[in-house]
Amino acid sequence: MDKYKLAPEFGGERKTTQEDKIAIKVSGLTKYYGDFLALDRINFKVEKGQIFGFLGPNGAGKTTTIRILTGILIPDKGKAEIMGIDVTKDPIGAKKIMGVVPEVCNVYTDLSAWENIILAGKLYRVRKGERQKRAKQLLQKFDLIKIKDEKTKKLSKGMRQRLILAMSLIHDPEILFLDEPTSGLDVKSTHMIRKILQELKLKGKTIFLTTHNIEEANLICDKVAIINRGKIVAFDTPERLKSAFKRTQSIEVSFDRMPSDIKWVEDIPHIDRYQILGDKLRLYTPDPDIVIRELTKYTEKNKLRFVSLSTLGPSLEDVFVKLTEEKETKL
Amino acid sequence: MKNSHPFSNFFYSLSGSLVIMEKDARIYYIKPPVIIFGILFPLFFFLAFALGRKVSSFILIPGMVSMSLFFTSSSVGPLITPWERTARTYERLLTTPISLFSLILGDAMAGFIFGILISLIPLFLGFTFFNVKVVHPFCLIGNMLLSSLCFSSLGVALSSSATEAPSQAMMLSSLVRFPLIFISGIFIPLNNLPNWGKIIATISPLTYTTDLLRFSLYDDGFYPIFLDLLMLVIFSILFFGLALKLHKKNLIKAI
Ligand SMILES: Nc1ncnc2c1ncn2[C@@H]1O[C@H](COP(=O)(O)OP(=O)(O)OP(=O)(O)O)[C@@H](O)[C@H]1O
Ligand SMILES: [Mg+2]
Repeated sequence: MDKYKLAPEFGGERKTTQEDKIAIKVSGLTKYYGDFLALDRINFKVEKGQIFGFLGPNGAGKTTTIRILTGILIPDKGKAEIMGIDVTKDPIGAKKIMGVVPEVCNVYTDLSAWENIILAGKLYRVRKGERQKRAKQLLQKFDLIKIKDEKTKKLSKGMRQRLILAMSLIHDPEILFLDEPTSGLDVKSTHMIRKILQELKLKGKTIFLTTHNIEEANLICDKVAIINRGKIVAFDTPERLKSAFKRTQSIEVSFDRMPSDIKWVEDIPHIDRYQILGDKLRLYTPDPDIVIRELTKYTEKNKLRFVSLSTLGPSLEDVFVKLTEEKETKL
Repeated sequence: MKNSHPFSNFFYSLSGSLVIMEKDARIYYIKPPVIIFGILFPLFFFLAFALGRKVSSFILIPGMVSMSLFFTSSSVGPLITPWERTARTYERLLTTPISLFSLILGDAMAGFIFGILISLIPLFLGFTFFNVKVVHPFCLIGNMLLSSLCFSSLGVALSSSATEAPSQAMMLSSLVRFPLIFISGIFIPLNNLPNWGKIIATISPLTYTTDLLRFSLYDDGFYPIFLDLLMLVIFSILFFGLALKLHKKNLIKAI
């Protein structure tokens, strides 16, 4: 067994081919619901030890993808491999090495937090001693140890989500799938979950998460893929995606009083589009210099004062909007 | 690290079913629909049939035992999957390394244990108050095991319709279960039935359970025991296969 092989450091065989570094390999994945094409021949690879963010608008096919990867749905065409295991051919083998937090799920509300996590341990056939040790460690880590014997009916949404995440880690999986793990949670739970995901990454675990929260992807993901209408429209690191969209810089400005008529903005040259965000005005432009000059002229003429003025690089959100918009107008 | 040895695979599967069974027992035995359909119903049926008439213990005890085997074993199955779907615990369960087969076997085992335990009550009442003696012990044990498995598989098959809420699943399951009682020779010995009654009775598995009980307790069966056992085996395989097929079909419809 693997355990008895010598590690490369001790003279064992060094074998790090390209394939060894890949945790998830998806090729030509296609899924229909009746006549509706939910996934259209998608391809991507996720390297081991990465946090991979799967972004997309509602109905893009994120949950469908995750359900195929976790062996719940069977694809109509294509292949998905987890750590070299074909999920469709050996679902049990693949499920053994993964932890999963589905999009909408709950714990057993008739059982206590402790009973829930122990049940999860049994479902993954973790041995008794190990199971109890890990259950305790995980409940401590997720700050749930104090309420471990209470019925989970009483738990808040954030506590329940933390418990589900703890349950998905009971067998120390190599790879973790999370479908919108932080959606609808408060700041405390969100931070705790993100922190733990980053710790897991440091331990060499691979994490696949879907999210609507683009800031989250920007913050914690090493790689992101953007999916729209069942097709992958972008795949890169958050930084590189942003720099590919250098063109769309923006200027955020606020005045001491917001002009009621905003039509004049359209007359400024080099404005791609603009947005009113509360008391701020955001202008998208490839040439901030000209726009700032025009704004200054306007304030002088109308006796306005700047309260704030800042230029921003493209955000991941801009990239996201741009990519998912373009696709739609093409259709 | 692959677990490919057939024996280790078998035990891995079985251990999964046992975990499922334990979970079901802890959570679902005490749910009101299970108590109502699994315990109160056989009791009411008993009262309705037995009270106010002179019913001999030859009719009463085998009838009661087979009825509680039937109702109790099949009461847990219809509830589990609809309940898990509504409570949003089903998808998580499906992501654990448990095959659909083990999952369904575990659910069936939960009904099986419950049915055996509850039907021991009328059996022991018979021993204590009606002077009932066991004539063929192995036949009694074999019958109870097989019938309970058969009815709990029926229960699991009835749980799989995708869109039903738990209450609707329980209703549907009653619609299937009541006719099976009325057409079987449960309170009327088979040789007292008219010919058309005998023919209809053959399509209810309950007929064979009751017949075997009369044989085990009074040495007085209608069919050869071999035929009774064979029919129960056939019904068990049929119901379990149906449960597996329906669950597979409706798996993701209402996660
Ligand atoms: N069981 C199903 N039957 C029919 N259509 C479905 C089913 N599940 C999903 N769909 C459709 O497939 C598309 C992709 O759904 P999916 O749930 O994968 O999207 P998503 O990216 O996860 O969306 P969200 O952000 O809302 O969770 C949607 O248009 C959805 O309506
Ligand atoms: Mg989704």
